[in-house]
Amino acid sequence: MRLTPSGLAVPGPSRRSLLRGVGGAALLAGAGIPLLSACGGSGTSSDPKTVSLGSNASDAVPKKAFESVYATFKKQSGITVDVNTKDHNTFQEQINSYLQGTPDDVFNWFAGYRMQFFAAKKLATPIDDVWAKIGDNFPEAMKKLSKGEDGKYYFVPLTTYPWAIFYRKSVFQQHGYKVPATWDELVALCKQMKKDGLVPIAFGDKDAWPAMGTFDQINFRLNGYDFHVELMGGKAAWTDAKVKAVFDHWAELLPYHQDGFMGRTWQDAAQGLVSKKAGMYLLGSFVAQQFTNKADLDDLDFFPFPEINSAYGQDTVEAPTDGFMVSKAPKNHDGVVKLLEYLGSPEAEQSYLKVDPSVVAASSKADTSSYSPLQKKAFDMISGAKTLTQFMDRDSRPDFTSTVMQPGLQKFLQNPKGVDGLLSSIERQKKQIFASS
Amino acid sequence: MTTDMTTKTPEAAAVPPPGADSASKRAQQGHRRLLTRRDRITLALMAGVPTVLHVALVWVTALASILLAFTTWDGIGFDSIKWVGLDNFQQLFNDNPQFWPAVQHNVIWFVALILVPTPLGLFLAIQLDKKIRFSRVYQTAFFLPVVISMACIGFVWQLVYNPDTGLINSLIGANKPGHYIDWIGDPDLNLWAVLVAASWRHTGYMMILYLAGLKSVDPSLREASALDGANEWQTFKNVIFPTLRPTNTVVLVVTIIEALRAFDLVFVFNKGAQGTELLSILVTNNIIGESSRIGYGSAIAVVLLVISLAVIIPYLVATFRKERRS
Repeated sequence: MRLTPSGLAVPGPSRRSLLRGVGGAALLAGAGIPLLSACGGSGTSSDPKTVSLGSNASDAVPKKAFESVYATFKKQSGITVDVNTKDHNTFQEQINSYLQGTPDDVFNWFAGYRMQFFAAKKLATPIDDVWAKIGDNFPEAMKKLSKGEDGKYYFVPLTTYPWAIFYRKSVFQQHGYKVPATWDELVALCKQMKKDGLVPIAFGDKDAWPAMGTFDQINFRLNGYDFHVELMGGKAAWTDAKVKAVFDHWAELLPYHQDGFMGRTWQDAAQGLVSKKAGMYLLGSFVAQQFTNKADLDDLDFFPFPEINSAYGQDTVEAPTDGFMVSKAPKNHDGVVKLLEYLGSPEAEQSYLKVDPSVVAASSKADTSSYSPLQKKAFDMISGAKTLTQFMDRDSRPDFTSTVMQPGLQKFLQNPKGVDGLLSSIERQKKQIFASS
Repeated sequence: MTTDMTTKTPEAAAVPPPGADSASKRAQQGHRRLLTRRDRITLALMAGVPTVLHVALVWVTALASILLAFTTWDGIGFDSIKWVGLDNFQQLFNDNPQFWPAVQHNVIWFVALILVPTPLGLFLAIQLDKKIRFSRVYQTAFFLPVVISMACIGFVWQLVYNPDTGLINSLIGANKPGHYIDWIGDPDLNLWAVLVAASWRHTGYMMILYLAGLKSVDPSLREASALDGANEWQTFKNVIFPTLRPTNTVVLVVTIIEALRAFDLVFVFNKGAQGTELLSILVTNNIIGESSRIGYGSAIAVVLLVISLAVIIPYLVATFRKERRS
């Protein structure tokens, strides 16, 4: 997932060999055309005792955590889960051709628009039968995230994590800062931090996605969840005065962001918080991965993005959720249902979280007694939210966010005064992309 | 290859050993028998397999992407391909804020490579050609960047340019708030920063090409010009450089190709963020990934193809014309 990345997307083998010669340029385009059967799954037999599963959990910790989940499932049901793990980014880039070829029965995926897209393309199987059993385990907001546009369930959530403003308790104590509850307080706090020689807000946008997180927060605080969803879904116009207001707010905060952010990765920006040179950092809770020292980690805390518009308060939380979907023609349907029923249970989440404590359970019934204080706070914040968003590139068309919004937001960050031209350019491109299919 | 075989062998067989009539007759029959069925199958395979591969991997894909450039397609099912005529190109030329900068950067890339690393490579080659001590060591050192993959070069230079912990900013103290020099992110700087890395590699490449060219210069030419009393610069300008003409053509073509296919270095460096957009990166961004815009990306690829053709065709025409004359 682009959200808990190691930051470095290593490109495939050098394109040198591809680009040699006259036809090279065109060949490059040709190489992108999905070869329908090229990236198929392992395609195991229709053995009733196995379910195949395509996994994007290529990082060591999640991989181990999933293994323990499937081992427990095998003990309970006698069904083996045949896992076919692919590199995280590769899995995501090949998902189109993967799902059209011979995919595994079940595959890892993200909730929200990105799930609905494949559901609408009939590349996934509805799983209302599973939800009849596991429905009680999840809060209303999670249910909403698991449904396709046709109202059927297509997704079983497993884990989630929140985006919020992270800070060091000791730094706030030392300077006598208070957690800001409103926009004005946030701006005042930034001013004070600058006076005290701190970098008010750590920031790194080299990978182009962190800025989308800031936009999301300001937008749903200022304009509310419904407008945010409309905007992401391509229905509301980017030239709307409401969107302009988001950028105006952002521009007000921009002078307090860390310098030189265009060339900095989120990992490097997080070091500012680790070394206490920066006061705050708006990011997902995976920022904790950069806190390798236990004492530093215990000192880390967060607060939800302050209220901007009292009509919406702090009712929305950005909580990207990971889970499972069923491919279009699973070979072992009964086994798949059993597996998903298990994955939707609090037990499965607990056995996952035992190994990977950087996220929290999506189910409201999961046992929270073993959570760290940070996890507990994240869990409470998410289960207390009225509405959940996923993240700009999960709530909208990925082609729109990656080819229009990422460069667009970077342009804004470098030239906050050119918003009007930028927004009309975004709107024109949005219309073209959303009209194309 | 195949024509070589068929023309050469009968020729060899057609020359009869002197004074052996019967042998020459047998050779005549052998000429007919030279292409047995097995030979023909072998030939068909040797010529056929590469042809099929070439047609399938180069021509079919190239034509497919040209056709796709006039459609929209999200890559899911062939029935979702929709014909849209010139829409993609219209959107590309009028509404894509990254397209014209990308074209411009590709051109800058070419000009910069011709102006800086190429003369530098020539200079190094001339120095190394003078049979100085440790010549081999220098050659290896200068050529090493060419052997390293572009992606690795990107990583290495990223460490040099990193705004917080990078070599340059640490040395000149430009990593404090208010003094930042953002080599990777600043759109006025990053293209030049990345071009330094590209030139670093390209210099070695050019050096080897020129060194090979210089080795083939006839030493008697130097002697003659020395006897005529020409100094080193005059010898180079009036004698050596003109004889390097074939090398210069190769250098020009290589540099054009390098400029058009520039991709990996920038992709690793900052993924083609503002200031370093390139056509190849736009193609990749639009085509690779989920719910991809294959039609739109193909349109960009076609633009790249047209630019390549515009450069390559005059070169090929000139070369063939010269060959025919000689």
